[in-house]
This record gives sequence, C-alpha cells and structure tokens, in this order.
Amino acid sequence: MKKKLLSLILVACMAVGLVGCGGGDGKKSGDLIKVGIINNDPNESGYRTANDKSMKEMFTKENGYDASFAYSLKNDEQISSAKKFIQDGCDYILLSAADTAGWDSVLKDAQNAGVKVILFDRTIDADESLYEASIVSDMAKEGETAVNWLKGQNLSEYKIIHIQGVMGTAAQKGRSGALDAQVAADANWSLVTQQTAEWNAEKAQQIVQSVIDSGESFNVIYAENDDMAKGAVAALDKANISHGVGKDVIIMGFDCNKWALQELKAQNWNYDGQCNPFQASYIDEIIKKLENGEKLSQKVVIMDEKGFDATTITDEDVENYGI
Amino acid sequence: MQNKKQIFIPLAALIVLALFNLIMDPSFFKITMGLNSEGYQVLSGPLITILDSGSELAILAIGMTLVTAASGGQDISVGAAVAIAGSVMLRVLCGTEASVSELKAPVIVAFLIACVVAMLFGAFNGILVAYFRIQPMIATLILFTAGRSIAAWINNNRLPNISNQAFTYYGGFIPGIPIPTPFIIAVACMIVIALVMKFTTLGLYTQSVGINEHSSKLNGLNPAVIKLISFVILGLCVAVVALIKVSRVSSINYSVIAKDIEMDAILAVALGGNALSGGKFNMAASILGAYVIQFLTTTLYKFKVRSDALPAYKAVVVILLVVLSAPIVRKKLSELAKKLKPAKKEVA
Amino acid sequence: MKEKAILEMKGIYKSFPGVKALQDVNFTLCEGEVHALMGENGAGKSTLIKVLTGVYEKDGGEIYLRGLEKAAVIRSPQDAQRLGISTVYQEITLCPNLSVAENMYIGRGTGVAQNWKKMNEAADKILQSLDIPAKASQQLSSCSIAIQQMVAIARAVDMECKVLILDEPTSSLDEQEVAKLFGLMRDLKKRGVGIIFVTHFLDQVYEICDKITVLRDGKLVGEYEIKDLPRVQLVSKMLGKELDDMSDIKSDAKKYEGKDADIDVFEAENLQSNAGIKPFDFHIKKGEVNGFTGLLGSGRSECVRAIFGADKVINGSVKKNGKTIRIKKPIDAMKNKIAYLPEDRKKDGIVGDLSVRDNIILATQVLRGPFKPFSKAEANKVADEYIKLLQIKTASADTPIKSLSGGNQQKVILARWLLSHPDYLILDEPTRGIDVGTKIEIQKLVLKLASEGMSVTFISSETDEMLRTCSRLVVMRDRKVVGELSGEDMTQNKIMSTIAGGGLENAE
Repeated sequence: MKKKLLSLILVACMAVGLVGCGGGDGKKSGDLIKVGIINNDPNESGYRTANDKSMKEMFTKENGYDASFAYSLKNDEQISSAKKFIQDGCDYILLSAADTAGWDSVLKDAQNAGVKVILFDRTIDADESLYEASIVSDMAKEGETAVNWLKGQNLSEYKIIHIQGVMGTAAQKGRSGALDAQVAADANWSLVTQQTAEWNAEKAQQIVQSVIDSGESFNVIYAENDDMAKGAVAALDKANISHGVGKDVIIMGFDCNKWALQELKAQNWNYDGQCNPFQASYIDEIIKKLENGEKLSQKVVIMDEKGFDATTITDEDVENYGI
Repeated sequence: MQNKKQIFIPLAALIVLALFNLIMDPSFFKITMGLNSEGYQVLSGPLITILDSGSELAILAIGMTLVTAASGGQDISVGAAVAIAGSVMLRVLCGTEASVSELKAPVIVAFLIACVVAMLFGAFNGILVAYFRIQPMIATLILFTAGRSIAAWINNNRLPNISNQAFTYYGGFIPGIPIPTPFIIAVACMIVIALVMKFTTLGLYTQSVGINEHSSKLNGLNPAVIKLISFVILGLCVAVVALIKVSRVSSINYSVIAKDIEMDAILAVALGGNALSGGKFNMAASILGAYVIQFLTTTLYKFKVRSDALPAYKAVVVILLVVLSAPIVRKKLSELAKKLKPAKKEVA
Repeated sequence: MKEKAILEMKGIYKSFPGVKALQDVNFTLCEGEVHALMGENGAGKSTLIKVLTGVYEKDGGEIYLRGLEKAAVIRSPQDAQRLGISTVYQEITLCPNLSVAENMYIGRGTGVAQNWKKMNEAADKILQSLDIPAKASQQLSSCSIAIQQMVAIARAVDMECKVLILDEPTSSLDEQEVAKLFGLMRDLKKRGVGIIFVTHFLDQVYEICDKITVLRDGKLVGEYEIKDLPRVQLVSKMLGKELDDMSDIKSDAKKYEGKDADIDVFEAENLQSNAGIKPFDFHIKKGEVNGFTGLLGSGRSECVRAIFGADKVINGSVKKNGKTIRIKKPIDAMKNKIAYLPEDRKKDGIVGDLSVRDNIILATQVLRGPFKPFSKAEANKVADEYIKLLQIKTASADTPIKSLSGGNQQKVILARWLLSHPDYLILDEPTRGIDVGTKIEIQKLVLKLASEGMSVTFISSETDEMLRTCSRLVVMRDRKVVGELSGEDMTQNKIMSTIAGGGLENAE
C-alpha cells in the first residue's frame, strides 16, 4: 500500500515536470487554419523563448488558427513531428529546423499531401520548390553590422577577445565570419584569443579570466550572444578592468535581451546586435496572402535587424526591441 | 591501507600538471593582489582561478562520492538539478519580473527554499534507487531528461536577470575578503563534511551498505535509508552549487547552466581512485580529483587549446588513469620498480 | 621424478607482505591417486594450490610434471590448464545461464565456428561416460549444485587434465550427492587422473583418499599413507599439539549457576516468518546452550532468522526476560540484546572491503546510533582486545577482512557480536568451512560464555558438534519443529530417528 502510494506520487511528480515541456494538442475545428509548428526547445535561449512566445501569441483561435506545437533540438525528432503533422492534415507546417540537412523526403511528402511549408529562423539544404517561404535572420549581415560599428570606433589598435557560440551553428558562423574577415584584412586588428564558450556565460567568464591571468592586453570583447558577454564582464569586474562607453574595454553582445539593452543604456556595454525573434507577424502575413491566392514576390524574407549603440539607445528601444 | 594510498593518484596527476606548467610558463604560479571594480583588494592569478572555478565541482564531488559509495552507482541528474535549484532561487529573488535590481526576498530565504527543493529532488532519485531498486543511472536519467524543462517551467520560461551588486558576492568576492567566495564556500562544505564524518557514523554506514547490503541489514542498518540520505546530501550540495553558479552571472540559462557537470563530478570521484561500483571511499581524494579536473581545464585555456576540444583531453586523462590503476599494470609497474632498485644499487 | 609421479612440487616458497605463506614445501602426486591436502585455515593449502594453478607466482622452488624435461613454467591459470592441471572450486565458476554443453566448451577455442549439434553430442558422450545425470542442452542453473560441480569436473576431464584439484567441493552437498561425487572420483582414479582433494571433512578424507599431505603454518608436516594415520593423529598433526579428547570439552565446562538459571531469557510463541516455516514455540534459559537440528533445508536457519527479525515476522509473540517485545527488524532484536551470527558468512556476515576493526565495531556502532561514533583510539582498543581474546590471525586491525582466512573471518564476526554484549547469542553454523582447531576453540568459547550466563543457540550440520555443546536440541523436519531432545535422549541415534519420523511421540 505504502509503495503504491509512493509510486503514485512519483508519477504525479513526473507528470508535473512534463507539463513544462509539453505542447498543446491539435484540435479539429471548422474553418480555422490548421498549423503545425516545429520549433527548437524554448529553453535553449532567451531568443528562443521570445520566439516561441510570439508564435504562441500569434497563432491563436482568435486570430483564426488552430496550432499544434512540437519542440526538439534533434533533427530526427523534428522530422517525425513533421510526419505526424502531415498525417493530422495540417494546412501549414512552420519549421525552425535543428539541422540543415535531411529534410528533402519529408518535405516532398508534405508537398504531395498538399501541406504548405514555411521556414522560419533557420534555412535548410533543400530545393526551394519544397517550401513556400523562408523567414530568416541574416546572421552574416548581423556580423557585418557589428564589425562595421566597431570599425567606426576608430581605435588605434584592435585587440579582440572573440567568444564564439556553439561551433557550426548559423549564428556562430555568421557572426564569426565578418570578424574573421576583418581581422585577416587589417593588420591593426588582432585576436587575443578566439574560443567557443558554447553560449555559456560561465565558460565565457573562464575564457576571459584566463586571458586576464596571462596578463595579455585587450580592448574589445566580441561575444556572440548576451549571456557570454555578461560572463565576460563578470571576469573584468573581478580584475577591475573598466568597460563600456569611454572605458578600457568595448563590450559587444548579440540578441538584444532586455537586460542587455539596459546595460547598454547604463553605458556598461557598448554594442548589441539584434537577432529578430518575431517572425510570427511575417508568417501571418504570408499565410494570409497565400490563402487569398496571392503570389509571393520573393521566397526568402530577411527580417529587419538593428544594431544598438550605447551612446544612442533610447528607453523606447529598450522597451520595443528587448526580448 | 589502500584507502590511504588512494590519494596518491590525484596527487600525482596534480604534480604532473603543475610541473608541466612550471616548465612551459612559470608565471602560471604568480599570484597578485589587485583591486576589483568595487575597489576592494582581491587575489588573482591562474592558481586562484583554479581554486575559484573548481569550487562547484569540488562541492558536487562530496555528494557524488557518498552516492557512489552507498548505492554503487552515480547520479547523472546533478546538472539538471542545479538548473532547478538555480531557477527556484531566481523565482524567489525576482518574483515574476524578468529583471530586477531590488531583490524580492533575502538571498538566504531563496537559498533555503532552493535547498529544500533540491533535497526533495534528491529524495526523489533516492527513493527510486533505494526503495524501487532501480539502477542509479537509470533512475536519475529521468531527472536528467526532464530537469531542465522543469527548471524553465518554474520561471515560466523567463530568464530572470538580477542587477544587484550584493548578489554577485557569492560567485565573486565579498568586500574586504581577497579570497574568491566560491572557494570559501567550498572549504566550508569540506569542513562540514569532515565534521560530519568525524562526529557521525555516516562514513562507516555508507561504506558498509555499499560493500555488503545483506550483512549491513543484519547488523541493524537500514540500507534503503542510508542510500536515501546519500542522495539527499547530494541534493544539498546541488543547492550550494546552484547558488554559486547563479551568482556568478546573476542570471540563468536553463539549457547551459552546469552543463555536463555530472560527468565531471563522476570523473572526480573516479580520479580520486574510488571504485565506481561503490563501497570504500576516500572523500579527500575525490575533492582533490575535482581540482585536478579544473587544473587541467585552466591549463588548456591558458595554452589556448580550443575549448570544444576539452572533452577529448579529459578522455585522454581518463584513459591514462584507468589504465594506470588497472591491477595488471600496477603489478607490472611494481615488478619494474623491483627490478630497477637493485640495478640502481649496483650503479651506486 | 619418482616412478608413477605425475606432479612434483619441490621446495616451494611464497611470501606476502608480513607473512611467509609457504616455506620449503614439497608435494608429490602420483597417477591414479586421491591425495588429501590438509591443514588448518592459513596453513598454506590455498596458497599452494594457487601457486600450482598459476594464480600466484612462486618466490622459489620448482614444479615438475611428467612428460616435461625441465621444470614447468606456470604463470597463469591458462598455463596450468595447458599443462593439464584443472581446478574445481567450492563456488561454481561456470556460467549458470548457459547450457551444460556450452559450459563445457566455452573459452576453449575448439574451432571458431562452433557446431552446436556436434558440441551437444560430444558433451552428452562425456557426461554419459562419467555417469553424470545431466543433458548437454540443459541450462546449467537448472542442475543441482552437485551436478554443476560434476559438469565442471567433466569439463576438466575433457580437457585431458592429468591433475585435478578439488577445492572444498563437498561443503554444499548432501550425503547422496557426496556419494555420487565420490563415484565420479573413483572413476577418474581408474583413468589415471591424479586428484588433489582439499576439504575440512575428516570422514570424507578417510573414505576416498589414498594419501594425506599435512601443512602447518606454511611448512610441510609430512606425507602419510591413509592407513598409517588415524584420525586423532591427523588432527594433532594439523594442530601441532597433542589433543585432549575432543568429545570431553563439555564435561570440562562449568555450568552457569546463578540464581536466575531457571528463568527464560527468551520465549517465542507461535512465531512465524515469511520464509516458509510453520509457526513454532521456543524458549531458552539463562546460561543455556541449545540448538536447532535437522537436515539441510529443514528450516533451522529460518527459525533463528525469525527470532532475530532477519526475515519478516508475520505471526506470533515473543518475550524477553518475561517482557513482551516486538521484533520487526534486526535492530529491534539487537536493542533487546540478541545477537545473530548468520549462516552465510560471505553473503550475510563480513563486510569484505572494510577493515577487521570496522567489522568488529559495526554492530555495536549501529546500536550506539549515528551520532556517537567510536573514536579512532577507542575502536583500535576494542579491536585489539578482541583480536587478542579470540586469537584472530591478522596482519593488523587495518587489514580488510576479506583477506583473512575463513576461520579468522568467522572469529571477527564473533568478536563483533561479543562486543555488543548480548545476553542471547545465536550462532548459525559458526564452524562451517573452518579448521578443526578453530572449531574446538569456538565450541569451548560457547560453553565458557554460557557458564558466565549468556544464553546461546547453536546450529551446526555436524551432529556430534551439537551433542558436545548443547544441553537441549530442537529437531526440525520439513520446516516444522518435530521434537525436542535433552538429557539422556541426546544421542546420534535418537536424533536420527526423530528426524526420520521415529520420534513421533514428541512431535508437536
């Protein structure tokens, strides 16, 4: 009896745990547009959390949608979710793929079943005919914007600590690419160290700490997301190295978390590049066009993205663009 | 006998690493006193970094050693549990706001609540292991898989952020004390566990249960309770680690906080020469093992080895240690030593 | 080499840190003989066997085998096997979940592509020729322990072993099974196999062996023809002293003569556990030694386990010193000053990796509770005291108990319970698998404790041992108490007839 009760409690505990990651089930209803949304795990980052939130706010019954959500950081799980959505008779599949490869066959199945596919946030290696549209951030452009801003600071010498995201991800490649190119092109620019902290603030802190310990000098920290920039700053604070506007070290981050923009506003950081997570409205627009039988002018939609400078950022910016 | 010899394994590893650094760059051992951004004197240098950054691992190694000894298995959910405990702490400190500068509750309250939660999750693992007799790795796999989602759910998927100087003390420096707080916390944990081992019979009981459950039972022990206690103690360690981790960056990222730390903690136990199949243990050796891992990490950072290659280097260390501690190799080595000794005498 | 000798070990030396395990030991085995290797625990029998089978490397001496011109080099069990030396251990070292045939051929590399049919046929042939009642395709675990042991022997025979070592093969067999095993041994003898037989059972030695080699303290005492060495002399050679008549120890012992000698220290009524025994009544007086007797599996261990709370008690009531108590777990019994030395020393008794000291203090420590640990000095003091008192042979109190010999391990467990100062001590097979000298020591100790007022329940498979120590016997059959014997009724014959059902008038 005791054991039975115990197991019941345990099962209940587990169930509570699972609620956190479970999504809503698709319900059949008349004239709603049925969409299956395949996304990465919302806990992955603040970006993803904001992205998921905006999707959930957009694709509601009130807005004429019947949405099902599936989350995974693994490609094969995503593919099986896609298959399920095709079987369920979704009208649209919205996809943010974990991996770029391996999507051809399932997308062909979707096409044959008359399910339209719209990619968001991430592109895939598949023929353009297999999807209706792709709404993406141009990570390379984000990198260029940031590097151009840095160029504009007119330092006599650029000694940069470059903290990268998880190697091989689109964000890392795009944001690293522009900086690598600039360092290669200009003898005045050098990398003190270039390490991946895998989006992890603590690792970034350790990397910067090791540079400080070794006594090398640097004047820029180029971190590929806000978390890592924050970790880097923590290491600087310990060693009393000043940072921010008009200080010894320039701090650059990406993703425009609200707290990061506040750091900018307080002039502790210098620059933050936006990576727009709000694809939902773009997708909504496209679906409406397609439902009305309109043709899309272009398949690939690149979202507007900004770069914020600590000297010019406003409170409205923090409110509007912070995620 | 064997118990005392055990500590030589991590000690030897530590000496090898230290010698390597000494030869490559003696400045590795330089410790300087400087001001931090708040204007207080603090120590810095690679050695201080090791003591600082290795704290979390050392604390977890304490709990992991006990769990290993009592249950003959390992808890692979500690990383996820740190995420949960950290999330709970931030939930208490931030309320429902995403970003605060004024804490909603004293840190001690948040910490104590996190302790209770972490110990409950430890008990959850412990009950599965002790009463349902599930293999520890399988039992903790559940929390390993679900933990980070639970952590996110606690804060409703928000990533709270604290901008409060006082909160950074736990992962940084307390004003006026030049030693990194995490190290002080780790030392405090070590003292506590040393006192517990001295003034209670925890050591004897866990080892006895780990070695022979049947005879422990016939000697009046309740093996299930002892196992449960070891998991709950690990839960407490998890909560302490969560405090340090969250304080270091004043925020949390559920998917990367304390990532892979379970493997490092298990490695620390193994590095300490403790049998992963349970039974006898040497706590000091485990703790030393944790600092060896951090020493290795810091050394590799120092020599700018790509940090995503770190696991490969750790793997090499593991292989070396496992091979060196294998009975066959030990026998050969002792034979070799015997052969060498008379040869030396002849030379002399 | 001598004529007919197939194995000669000459001047073997082996020492471990702090112990000279073997000093200048000679041993000769002829073809077609069964040769008993005798000695107390720690005399060096196991070490000699392990040197011969390549488990240990010898420090000095030579091993000659017939057919080899030079001294044999044995560095590993594989070497030994190649040279025709096979060992069958007390604990079955086969794989219980494989078939009999697979167990016979596993790891022998008789061709990469095993032909299952052929293998089974070959195995059946050998089993038949040796008259072993097992089928090749049968799963090993479905055979009895005796058959499993015979399969291990068949495996050795098929590997054309010339020297077969049987290390305590009979300790878990009943009489019929032993008879079967002996039949097989005689058969092998005829085939010219030399058999080294290690055992503690004197009867068996005299039944099957041709020669006896006696070791003591790592030294050779001598090699004897069986007919030249009567039992008493064998025992005295093993112990190295002239023996006072063994059966007399009881009459030497003083009886407890306190005023409370008539009071029941422990009483049980209708006691029943979930281990499948029928409810039983039981009582023991202060200073009394009584025992449970019956065949293996008759439920005598289950009875005492029920008393100690080692199995789940489902029925009945117990009183301690006249007061009703509840025993649900071992700790309840311990708190009521009841101690229990379990039957299976390895599984239930020792905590192998822990030191002798920790093993001694364990039960008392549990009684004292988690917040009153023994200090190091205190633990050392009591450990040394009991090591001395019981003459436990160990390098130090720090030595892990698992590296001690069986008899000394048993003494440590005994020390553990004596330290807890019980007034009722239950000893379940305390003398199994240990040497004669220690056996007598333990028996004497039991009587001495009783004379000082401790109540003792003593269980042994050897009836004469029980007759020597107990003043009252509870007889069991088929998990039921079927009789009680005391005084003049306590004879071998009476026990036998009660067990067999001849004592029905006493039943229930």
